[in-house]
Amino acid sequence: MAQADLTMDHSLERNGKHPEKWNWYHYFWYNTDHKVIGIQYLVTSFAFYLIAGVMALFMRAELYTPDSDLLDPNMYNALLTNHGTMMIFFWIVPAAIGGFGNYLVPLMIGAKDMAFPNLNAIAFWLNPPAGALLIASLFFGGAQSGWTAYPPLSLVTNNIGQSFWILSIVLVGTSSILGSVNFLITIFKLKTPNMTWDELPLFCWAMIATSILALFSTPVLAIGLVLLLFDINFGTGFFRPEMGGSVVVYQHLFWFYSHPAVYLMILPIFGIMSEIVTTHARKPIFGYKAIAYSSLAICIVGLFVWVHHMFTSGTPAWMRMFFTISTLIVAVPTGVKIFSWVATLWGGKIRFTTPLLFAVGLLAMFVFGGLSGVTLGTAPFDIHVHDTYYVVAHFHYVLFGGSVFGIYAAVYHWFPKITGRMYNETWGRIHFVLTFIGTNLTFLPMHQLGMQGMPRRIAMYDAQFEALNQICTYGSMLLGFSVLPFLINMIWCWAKGKPAGRNPWHSLTLEWQTTSPPAIENFDEEPIIWAGPYDYGIDTQSLETEATVEEMLEEVGQEVR
Amino acid sequence: MTIQGTFEETGNGAKPSHTEAAGHEEHGDYRVLGLLTFLFSESLMFGGLFAAYLVYRASTETWPPESTEVELLLPAINTIILVSSSFVIHRGDSAIKKGDVNGLRVWYLATALMGIVFLGGQVYEYLTLGYGLTTNVFSNCFYVMTGFHGLHVLVGVLLIFGVMWRSRRTNHYNAEKHTGVEMAEIYWHFVDIIWIILFVLLYVLTQI
Repeated sequence: MAQADLTMDHSLERNGKHPEKWNWYHYFWYNTDHKVIGIQYLVTSFAFYLIAGVMALFMRAELYTPDSDLLDPNMYNALLTNHGTMMIFFWIVPAAIGGFGNYLVPLMIGAKDMAFPNLNAIAFWLNPPAGALLIASLFFGGAQSGWTAYPPLSLVTNNIGQSFWILSIVLVGTSSILGSVNFLITIFKLKTPNMTWDELPLFCWAMIATSILALFSTPVLAIGLVLLLFDINFGTGFFRPEMGGSVVVYQHLFWFYSHPAVYLMILPIFGIMSEIVTTHARKPIFGYKAIAYSSLAICIVGLFVWVHHMFTSGTPAWMRMFFTISTLIVAVPTGVKIFSWVATLWGGKIRFTTPLLFAVGLLAMFVFGGLSGVTLGTAPFDIHVHDTYYVVAHFHYVLFGGSVFGIYAAVYHWFPKITGRMYNETWGRIHFVLTFIGTNLTFLPMHQLGMQGMPRRIAMYDAQFEALNQICTYGSMLLGFSVLPFLINMIWCWAKGKPAGRNPWHSLTLEWQTTSPPAIENFDEEPIIWAGPYDYGIDTQSLETEATVEEMLEEVGQEVR
Repeated sequence: MTIQGTFEETGNGAKPSHTEAAGHEEHGDYRVLGLLTFLFSESLMFGGLFAAYLVYRASTETWPPESTEVELLLPAINTIILVSSSFVIHRGDSAIKKGDVNGLRVWYLATALMGIVFLGGQVYEYLTLGYGLTTNVFSNCFYVMTGFHGLHVLVGVLLIFGVMWRSRRTNHYNAEKHTGVEMAEIYWHFVDIIWIILFVLLYVLTQI
């Protein structure tokens, strides 16, 4: 009884500090509610997605002809640099980790908020100034050395733009570290006591792996970029061979982060996949433990593969051998997951909703991108296609076909939870079909371009590549167009959609057990776990004992008290 | 009934100001754990720096190159000061665990002063070395590594002053509640450990 009193006191105390429900303007200012922060991340990152997408459209338009006739080549370089930077650091990472991570993790583990709500808000608010710096850099001509910023190119092209770029990345890196600290402590400490580790939703497992990776690798990138900043502005020579420095040191520091960054961008998506596939196939997830632990395996092995980006940087033979092998090994835990999802779908009662369509699209595209990844991880092949369009094709299949499809799937899946309203299924399917066709039309021909030797990051190219490039450009226009049905659907249904109710998908994870949208402190009382998160079609309610319903209710009543 | 309960709660001496500011009303205080996780990540920042330094060292014939030698005496004294300050700050932590706020203030002030002396020594060394940031890749590393560490010492000193400033309020820290004190101490130890590695890399390994 005393305990019940205490919890009520707390809710009252908290109610004094925040309103019953957030008003619209609460979303535009410093706010420590993890759900508000999640939405802030999602919306800002989507804005950057649109900006970076327009950049891509301009680049594809330029590449419609072999000559440089639309854009100045310097401008083209600035666009390709900022397209990559924004898509990675300002769209996929913040949307998948910051957006869905923040929104879902506390709900899924039955907590009221993150462990450090203020830190969480600070981590988010590092993003807008970082984005502003990046956009400001464009007014100075922008960084032009690609998202990798390899010296010496980054030392000799547009120093001001490059410096802004570095500061911007260091800021988002800091944000990412702070966020990761928060996720780890939240999952380990705030998991509702009656949830065992075997009942932790797979998205949370993925977030554990993601956070560990970010904590390991991000600081190394930060220091590499700080050294680059010193080289550009303060006359040092860390990466200037003429002063005794070494460009390869930069590459190591950079890829020590940036290869794991690939997993930062896909691990949360893997978590999202596990949630969506099982919910919409109405079947228990196949191999829960295999999926959970394979995330950790990817996280560990993923830290030891970075040199496969540097096979052509004068890497010694033993390194090529070691990193080829480790790269091929990392495909194994990834394959485990793919296999589990396919096995979950197999024989399921599949509902072809938009989230499921995107999830299945992701499966197909990611397997394709994964296969080209295995070829690229093999040193002899990689040396042949290094820095060609084959690489561009590969990482767009995994990042667009994988990560972006995953984010789309997640947006549709959790839209009813976040807004309390249903999206329009027809428009969602139209969006899927357009995106799927557009993606393949844009990126599939690039494999052939790369095999034939077309280099990436060049505004002008040999006339023999023209026909394939034009197909890519048409595909990219279709992709650009495909965002429109999505935008209309989201905005319209957020305002006027059918009310969704608390659990339109009849899902079993905890976030669906509260109201839609969830109340400010998520749950009225500590949630009780009735069933595993994926026990679809399993009768977990009836026990072997012959207890009557009344007896069971009685028992529950006592537990609650 | 519930309203009554609320009044009782706030009435019996629980200090809403501090805990609310930290946003920790309904669960345990995990700030120390959070700080440790963060410092783990931070240490990898130094890790990257140290790795780069070792690569440059391995690929340069004479290390440090001629005319950029380091001196040993002053940094050694500095090292002794910084390492012993870790014990001094621990006395402050022990004092507050016994509820002795004055002891906390004295020992923390002593630590801060030692930190400031260390920074002063560092600046003096910079002024007397005779070569600058841009001389060669060794001096690049030297200034960036010590400077970056010095920045951390500065942050540590500020944290300590922050703790002392907060200790003015009656009962802000007491024998049971002193997470902020502990966090400043942990951070200070971290800065200390990094310095020991840095000292070995920059001052000891260059003598051999």
